[in-house]
Amino acid sequence: MDIPYTIQPRQETGLFNAKMGIWLFLASEVMLFGALFTTYILLRVGSPEWPRGELDIPLATANTAILITSSITMVMAWASLMMKKFGRFRLYLGATILLGVAFLVLKGFEYAHHFQTGEIPSKNTFFGIYFTLTGLHGLHVIGGLIVNSYFWSFGSKMWKTQPDRFTNRIEVAGLYWHFVDLVWIFLFPVLYLL
Amino acid sequence: MSNSGNTHVVSAELHPPLHAHEEHSFWRKYIFSTDHKVIGIQYGLTSLIFLFFGFTLMMIMRWQLAYPGQAVPIIGRLLGDDRAPDGVILPEFYNQLGAMHGTIMVFLGVVPLAVGAFGNYVMPLQIGAPDMAFPKLNMTSYWVYFTGGVVMLASFFVPGGAANSGWTSYPPLSDIATMGQTMWLIGMVFLITSSLLGSVNFIVTILQLRTKGLSFMRLPFFVWAQFVTSFLLLLAFPPLEAAGVLQLMDRVAGTSFFLPSGLVVSGQPLPNTGGGSPLLWQHLFWFLAHPEVYVLILPALGIVAEVIANNTRKPLWGYKSLVYAAVFLGFMSFIVWAHHMFLTGMGTAISAFFQTTTMIISIPSVIILSALFISLYGASIRFNTPMLFALAFLPMFGIGGLTGLPLGLATSDIALHDTYYVIGHFHYVVAPGTIFGLFAGIYYWYPKVTGKTMNETLGKIHFWGSFVCMNFIFFPMLIQGLAGVSRRLYDGGQQYAHAQGVLHLNVVMSVAAWVMALFQLFFIVNFFLSLKTGKKAETNHWHATTLEWSAAPTPPVPHGNFVTIPEVYRGPYEYSVPGHAKDFTPQNELVKA
Repeated sequence: MDIPYTIQPRQETGLFNAKMGIWLFLASEVMLFGALFTTYILLRVGSPEWPRGELDIPLATANTAILITSSITMVMAWASLMMKKFGRFRLYLGATILLGVAFLVLKGFEYAHHFQTGEIPSKNTFFGIYFTLTGLHGLHVIGGLIVNSYFWSFGSKMWKTQPDRFTNRIEVAGLYWHFVDLVWIFLFPVLYLL
Repeated sequence: MSNSGNTHVVSAELHPPLHAHEEHSFWRKYIFSTDHKVIGIQYGLTSLIFLFFGFTLMMIMRWQLAYPGQAVPIIGRLLGDDRAPDGVILPEFYNQLGAMHGTIMVFLGVVPLAVGAFGNYVMPLQIGAPDMAFPKLNMTSYWVYFTGGVVMLASFFVPGGAANSGWTSYPPLSDIATMGQTMWLIGMVFLITSSLLGSVNFIVTILQLRTKGLSFMRLPFFVWAQFVTSFLLLLAFPPLEAAGVLQLMDRVAGTSFFLPSGLVVSGQPLPNTGGGSPLLWQHLFWFLAHPEVYVLILPALGIVAEVIANNTRKPLWGYKSLVYAAVFLGFMSFIVWAHHMFLTGMGTAISAFFQTTTMIISIPSVIILSALFISLYGASIRFNTPMLFALAFLPMFGIGGLTGLPLGLATSDIALHDTYYVIGHFHYVVAPGTIFGLFAGIYYWYPKVTGKTMNETLGKIHFWGSFVCMNFIFFPMLIQGLAGVSRRLYDGGQQYAHAQGVLHLNVVMSVAAWVMALFQLFFIVNFFLSLKTGKKAETNHWHATTLEWSAAPTPPVPHGNFVTIPEVYRGPYEYSVPGHAKDFTPQNELVKA
């Protein structure tokens, strides 16, 4: 027996199952990162001095631009599917994936630089929370990349059999990707600028 | 081969919807099944095994408390020289037993049984859904839980043994504890992930897959309880996951999130830079662990409500108050956490805030309990085994709740904090409270799941034995606690002058615990024997009104639950409606007035 509302939204809620699921998941993620940001605040207000200006702001600005762009291409990928243009979808989703990889590569250089100069998590509480927050965010980026790469390759077979369901999947993956982007938008000022 | 293939084709033609899924192999059918009923049974059996294991840990502890320094009989020599040389338990091992008893009972036993098993099996049937909204996620959730459990069990065998900093894992002790603590943290990350997947699935299923006519105020109270519980799991667990990640960083990467500056351990200054705060862990931990208390209670309240309505043959008194109270309870449970921390020196203003919210949260609990008590009034009660457990739940949970009030008031908590009184209090809530509720659920839904009835005589022996023993175990704890006996003493208080007057109670409690173990044998025998020799259950065995009994076959159809999806015309508890021919009117029955 088929499960209802996998493709069409239920009237009272206006959502199909997966979309409600991802919103709930993101609510949980807000609590996860919320707890870590709270930790950051408590550690910072509780410490007599707080290191500033030890991170590479230009590099992080570039990374911010990269992630915001990738959010735009993600929306375009979904919009292309809504307009039934599968070729353009592949192009945009491919761009999203490449931008995500670019973000991680830049982040990797940044990490490597820190490690070389002895700025490791145990150096002080600032670097501890910096690596924890950006590391966890990085894991979320990797997770998004895996999902997006699947939909770009094998997963896109579904377009031929169930185009509506596939479009839904891209929308849900997009919501997750925007959230990952949004976390970075908070991380950037909190860690680099303030 | 070809023969069975032929038979299959024939049957598939006769009953296409029922047999369409029968081609699943053994693995897909019983091990990696996506059917919520199979997953519910998997959760149930696994969590019962963990409950039994956690109980065993406690029975070993009770030996040490009653007869400190004496060799544990029978199994003492099997524990190994690094845990119990010559069968005498080492303090380090006692601490492991304590930490792991709590962890296993809460995270691997009660919650998976209450939510994973009962929620998974019963909730979709009660709302007329063919399955959960995300069947594959449901399967993943179980296997992630299973992995977490294996990690927890494996931690007993790493150097230094399992986690030994209490189930609360307070730093700085836990930050510098042996490797078992790292395993504990990794295990917890698995369990949290599992409950995240589960709670998303539950909420979406309840909101999206309710059948036609089943509006919110027609949901059985059990479904409401699962709904609120899922929100608690969804939103309260992530802060603990964050805390777990931070503690893992402290232990593995050498950070100092929970380590203050200038910490000296065994005469040696720690290499960590310091600058962190041990209290931060307590806040993050209790932000989860207080809602977790309601995760433990609400599903049991849901089960008890079902069983009481069914066996009083009356509608629940104040169904709407029950629902609103449960929702309010869920909301309030997020802002009471620091009543676990009155002694940390938070300041009077913050203590006053949390004391006030704690008093407020007792109101919905009292509403729920009162409504269930009033439901009994004037009823002609059927005293079967599930009903006995449900009835015992009420006063036991009542004692648990009322003994909590002095702990919620900052002033009296100063005297009672960290004594056996606390242990007595929350065990009254969880053991003769929640676990009795869960037993009621097992006896109530066993016929639905297996198609066989359980033996009533064995069930009643199990009930009365457990009921009496429970009180002999936990009431003396309240007395010891009031005398000031601390909860984590390895020798049960032998070396403490103020504990001498209540020391004899240690033997009473321990003997009661072991006798209670004997009474559980009646349950275990009943559970397996009834599978073979139990009488065949009727489709609607208890003459119930809710869909799992009235609309689904017994046992339900694999993958799909119902032959045809039912439609709902009425509220959940229309028992003894005047003018109706029967004393129950199922939700899916369209009756002429």
